[in-house]
Amino acid sequence: MKPWMDADACLALEDGRMFYGRSFGAKGACAGEVVFNTAMSGYQEIYSDPSYAGQIVCLTYPLIGNYGVTDADFESPRFHAEGVIVREHCEHPSSWRLEARLGDWLTERGIVAISEVDTRALTRHIRQAGELRGVLSTDDLDPGRLVERARASTGLMGADLASRVTCAAPYVFAPGERGRVVVYDFGVKRTILTEVARRGFAVEVVPAHTSAADVLARNPVGVVLSNGPGDPAAVQGAPEAVAALLGKVPVLAICLGHQIAGLALGATTSKLKFGHHGANHPVMDLTTRRVAVTSQNHGFVVDEKSLPAGCRVSHRSLNDGAVEGIAHDALALVSVQYHPESAPGPHDSTGLFDRFAELTSTRPVAAPASAPVPA
Amino acid sequence: MPLRSDLKKVLLIGSGPIVIGQACEFDYSGTQACRALKKQGLEVVLVNSNPATIMTDPGVADRTYVEPLTVEILERILEREKPDALLPTVGGQTGLNLAIEAAEKGVLARHGVELIGASLEAIRMAEDREQFKRAAARAGVETPRSGRVRSLDDARALAVTLGFPLVVRASFTLGGLGSGTVFDLAELEETVTIGIAASPMHEVLVEECLTGWSEFELEVMRDRNDNVVVVCSIENFDPMGVHTGDSITVAPAQTLSDKGYQLMRDAAQRIIREIKVEAGGSNVQFAVNPKDGRMVVIEMNPRVSRSSALASKATGFPIAKIAALLAVGYTLDEIPNDITKATPACFEPALDYCVVKIPRWAFEKFKDTDPVLGTRMKSVGEIMAIGRTFPEALMKGLRSLELDGIAMAAERGEGFGRPEDDPRTLREHLLRPHWQRLQQLFASLAVGETPEGLAEATGIDPWFLHQMKRITDTEAEWRELPSLAAITPQRLWRAKRLGISDARLGALVGATEADVRALRLGLGMRPTYKAVDTCAAEFEAQTPYFYSTYEEEDESRPGTAPRIVILGSGPNRIGQGIEFDYCCVQAAEALKEDGYEVILINSNPETVSTDYDTSTRLYFEPLTLEDVMNVIEVEQPVGVIVQLGGQTPLKLARGLHEAGVPLMGTQFDDIDRAENRRRFADLVEELGLLQPASATATSRDDAFVVAERLGYPVLVRPSYVLGGRGMRTVYDRDDLASVLDGGVALSADEPLLLDKFLEDAIEVDVDALGDGTDFVVAAVMEHIEEAGIHSGDSSCVIPPYALGDELVARIKEQTLALARALRVRGLLNVQFAVRGDRIYLIEANPRASRTVPFVAKAIDWPLARLAALVIGGKSLKDLGITTAPEPKLVSIKKPVLPFARFPGEDALLGPEMKSTGEVMGRDVDFGRAFAKAQLGSGEGLPSGGTAFISVKDDDKRAVIFMAKRLVDLGFKLIATRGTTRFFKLNGLECETVFKVHEGKPDIVDRIATGEVTLVINTPLGRVSQFDDRAIRAAALRHGVPTVTTIPGALAAVSGIEAMLKGPLGVRALQEDSCAPA
Ligand SMILES: Nc1ncnc2c1ncn2[C@@H]1O[C@H](COP(=O)(O)OP(=O)(O)O)[C@@H](O)[C@H]1O
Ligand SMILES: Nc1ncnc2c1ncn2[C@@H]1O[C@H](COP(=O)(O)OP(=O)(O)O)[C@@H](O)[C@H]1O
Ligand SMILES: [Mg+2]
Ligand SMILES: [Mg+2]
Repeated sequence: MKPWMDADACLALEDGRMFYGRSFGAKGACAGEVVFNTAMSGYQEIYSDPSYAGQIVCLTYPLIGNYGVTDADFESPRFHAEGVIVREHCEHPSSWRLEARLGDWLTERGIVAISEVDTRALTRHIRQAGELRGVLSTDDLDPGRLVERARASTGLMGADLASRVTCAAPYVFAPGERGRVVVYDFGVKRTILTEVARRGFAVEVVPAHTSAADVLARNPVGVVLSNGPGDPAAVQGAPEAVAALLGKVPVLAICLGHQIAGLALGATTSKLKFGHHGANHPVMDLTTRRVAVTSQNHGFVVDEKSLPAGCRVSHRSLNDGAVEGIAHDALALVSVQYHPESAPGPHDSTGLFDRFAELTSTRPVAAPASAPVPA
Repeated sequence: MPLRSDLKKVLLIGSGPIVIGQACEFDYSGTQACRALKKQGLEVVLVNSNPATIMTDPGVADRTYVEPLTVEILERILEREKPDALLPTVGGQTGLNLAIEAAEKGVLARHGVELIGASLEAIRMAEDREQFKRAAARAGVETPRSGRVRSLDDARALAVTLGFPLVVRASFTLGGLGSGTVFDLAELEETVTIGIAASPMHEVLVEECLTGWSEFELEVMRDRNDNVVVVCSIENFDPMGVHTGDSITVAPAQTLSDKGYQLMRDAAQRIIREIKVEAGGSNVQFAVNPKDGRMVVIEMNPRVSRSSALASKATGFPIAKIAALLAVGYTLDEIPNDITKATPACFEPALDYCVVKIPRWAFEKFKDTDPVLGTRMKSVGEIMAIGRTFPEALMKGLRSLELDGIAMAAERGEGFGRPEDDPRTLREHLLRPHWQRLQQLFASLAVGETPEGLAEATGIDPWFLHQMKRITDTEAEWRELPSLAAITPQRLWRAKRLGISDARLGALVGATEADVRALRLGLGMRPTYKAVDTCAAEFEAQTPYFYSTYEEEDESRPGTAPRIVILGSGPNRIGQGIEFDYCCVQAAEALKEDGYEVILINSNPETVSTDYDTSTRLYFEPLTLEDVMNVIEVEQPVGVIVQLGGQTPLKLARGLHEAGVPLMGTQFDDIDRAENRRRFADLVEELGLLQPASATATSRDDAFVVAERLGYPVLVRPSYVLGGRGMRTVYDRDDLASVLDGGVALSADEPLLLDKFLEDAIEVDVDALGDGTDFVVAAVMEHIEEAGIHSGDSSCVIPPYALGDELVARIKEQTLALARALRVRGLLNVQFAVRGDRIYLIEANPRASRTVPFVAKAIDWPLARLAALVIGGKSLKDLGITTAPEPKLVSIKKPVLPFARFPGEDALLGPEMKSTGEVMGRDVDFGRAFAKAQLGSGEGLPSGGTAFISVKDDDKRAVIFMAKRLVDLGFKLIATRGTTRFFKLNGLECETVFKVHEGKPDIVDRIATGEVTLVINTPLGRVSQFDDRAIRAAALRHGVPTVTTIPGALAAVSGIEAMLKGPLGVRALQEDSCAPA
């Protein structure tokens, strides 16, 4: 720490690196995996995205809170990020939609937040070291103790966080004329639900551990596997349930849902050195050769080599070639790693929901070639 | 889709002379495009009349035509070059309009040339305001309520439906020319008349006034596979009603939520698809009602623009280069991102900093015009600053502007808000967007106005005002501190994090810049440098592009080879523009080739020098001692070059020298001997050369005494002045009295300088090169207009056309003597005035001059490069230089003046420079070269019709000869009574025309009817000044070529003669070149 910084909060990383700044949210401490996101707007959507459960989010854009927070922009009823790191928090936001200041909101909801951090240095560090566990603290600033705590905390590998953020019981999100779509809630973002509902479907949301039989009993025209936090391999029972659904009903899978679909098909997943976290990631649709700028937030990917026959890579990241989507035509599966619902981010790929809507009027013609290995 | 295999040769059109609304950003984009296409193996043909550009340097394109941008000339080039395609989208509005004209006249079809990048239909749909409205509607995007107007009747009818205030906007124009906000019928009629005249389509749009709404811009790119990316969002600090070119702007947008931003992004995508811009970049402007978020689209430019240059610099995404590659067949996913190398260009840059652009105006030079901002752009340049926070970027931006005098009392150190600032008067000022609104806002905040109150009064988003208040609050705290000793490291850190300079902080506590700097460095508190990498550090970046900020981690990585720092020229302004950027860029390239690492520091986003490709490492920083010293400490260069960026770096020479930084090239003491008036006079005397008699006056009475002693006319200059500002020629006692009454500060501290004015003297500019031991004169330029008209505003000719050989030889000798005495290492520019056989020295500039690029092209000699090599340590002998080449052709440089932008301003030339840019005409003889210069400047020359002549008595004899030639060439003459009588006495047919107020139709009416094709009007002195002004104003409004000096008129007549002899030919620079291109 530079001696002239008036620090009253800090971030300790498991590798011993410390970052200092000023607290602008709740007092206390939190632990989690430290990730960055390069989206320049949409902090509220990011913080309230259940996929960030278990993570401390560092936004690379330095000015955060400029337009405050507003009810309409929540992706779930609460903030999920464990803690928040920014370069500068805006004390005087301005927007016609403004309902509250970000800092006040965080304080009220008990989220630890730190500003004045050299977030670029932190981002570069994460880029080089890979995602790291960390502790954000406003009470204790002792490096030794905090680093210990960071090392002791549970990371994302093997963490079934979806079970923590999923809904307690099934519920109806929206009525609709076009048949019923059942959405597995692994930590679903509200915009996924609204995108499906907007296309005229009745949307029913079920908890992460709902069985295939339960889902089929609802007589769905399609199933959506939502996004969510953590390690896909750790979501108990989900791959099996999905395997049982595939071939019986068209499936749209997004992000964690995509990884679970991959597992259901018998593929494997692995963790990226540093994930894709931003709203500017180019993805090519290999069928149309068109590029969409997408919103992404994933640390795991489906391993291309492990894909079963009949399943092809449908989308690819132009940045690092990572698998960003797979498709299985016979099983009527559309599955993407990125977020077609955006929020935040470009609306370039909302067409994927249309593709899914079309699929719902077809029937899968085959069953999966191989069943998943039980976890 | 890769490169189209059917394209072999592509023609690019540049944007011509620098004018307000179209500046060197198009040199940046055009140069990028040329280089990108050449790298693809395409043969690139370029036409641009502006010699000061990098793009017209013979090495950039394969075939370079420095010729006027007219359809006739373009056709001649097409005949010779037979290109496959024309890329019209990188040369600004000028390039686009010329391409449209050529397409519409069938010229392109005749020569089998395809328009690439944007089709004629797409350009029309975007540029024709009415068609654009319909396209936007089809794309489901709202536009302001409006109607197309082709006559005053249409306008009046529309005013009834829409109600006042209204905004008038012309089609196919640039920089808001022909537009305006109107509040009543009279204003509507006046603005519509001007707008219809300004629009090539003779129509305007009259629409609902959205003044006060927030204004945004998106930079969008689309490829032939219909991939669309938004490279950058820009938010205007100044709301709608102030042209974006005159607005402070910020990137990325700050006050849009993601929901709001994505709606705008969607709209921009739908529009670019609807307009069908095939392959390239576009700029789309939006207005948003801050009360409810209602969004309308204002316009779209289907080409690279000032904003796209800014966006490129703000993001590191080279829009023009990518646009050129898209136009020749590539798609976005096939082009690599230069900066990460690993990822493609098909993405949207993520910024992790804040960028602020601030325009720079020249109202101090145009005193008769209202310094208020509106829909017509008036700024002459801009700066960009990068910081991690808005205040930091804003404060860096403010000091980058290099405002002097009253305009920036605050930057001089007093801080914002002085006791004499009365909130009420400040508030009144704020209601009209004044060019100093930013300073006024700071002052208002400092005296206690609230951000909300100011937002209410100005429409500026409170977000910005709250951010500004952080600065005024901090300054207020500092002002309370008893002394430097009371500054805690914490407090200093916070202030530096807000971007406040050492100088300013010092002034707040009664200390000097050096004191604060010493304190800061004593603590070890230094700025860190962060890279601009397009991806917010997500990927490893290869970019050599940095900005400073006060953070924890420093990313700078100085190399190991010897490093040279080149200081750029800062914002464009009248008197210091693209020419200096040309010199810096040439030098950077030459020194890189010579094995140095070149470090460039500059703050001007429009330039080629701030392209991260130009130098080894670019630091986008203000050109102040503090910011430059910080970079020097990091880079530890072998030396700093201060002589290429104009007066800006030269002013830093002393500070750098005193800080022990090695200057490369001419040494500080010699620079000072040339710059310091007293020391220079001693030197001149020592060398036995002549200077006009001069003296200083310290009081009003003294001024009269001194003037009498020197003898009228005298040239008067306030001492604080730089760049000829405020200089006046004074003909008699009354005249002097009126100057002194005009608010000139005059005291022992600020004496008035008076020079004997040399009447009817020929002015001469000389550029020379030296290595400290050997010296050569590169070229002697003879001015067409006589001394008394600023060298930057007069046309000049290489080789001299009227001066005798003997005089030229003496001028060269004197120049060499000066160079020797000043031990010039690098460049020297000397200005002389020749009267009879006496040669007077006017000034010597120990640096690159405005004429360097012109000279380089006229004599085909890479002057700036050679200078750089010499500065870097080579001798002229090493380079094999003993003399400069002799010119093969006649080259004429003609200035371009901005009077049309400044209503109320008299279009008259004097010792204060007013031109914004220049064109070059080159051909085998004077007449043709002049005709081309005239065509290039857009003024043109008539081939017949009626010439109106009105000259002062002294000029009457001189004008006869010229009038006779005009009659021989078939012109009809008209003149006012006195001149007619004089002509008749001399046997010339001439019709009498009424002066203004003598009766109708008077001369102004006759000009308005379009009958008059040439105006020759030399200023008559005070008596009929009103008439003169009215005539010049009318001629300006109706686009009639006007000459205000006798030598200028003579040149014009030669030009007309040459044009009547037959069509003008064209030649590529490379044809006359001895060196391989
Ligand atoms: N309807 C309007 N109401 C208020 N201001 C307007 C309106 N239309 C345009 N403007 C202002 O005029 C400026 C210039 O208009 P624009 O159409 O962008 O001209 P240009 O082609 O010269 O860029 C804009 O930047 C905006 O501030
Ligand atoms: N003594 C003089 N007699 C006539 N004209 C002069 C004289 N001194 C300067 N000028 C004119 O004024 C112009 C500007 O003066 P100069 O000293 O070169 O100022 P700047 O620093 O702006 O170039 C010159 O280009 C010249 O035309
Ligand atoms: Mg325009
Ligand atoms: Mg515009």
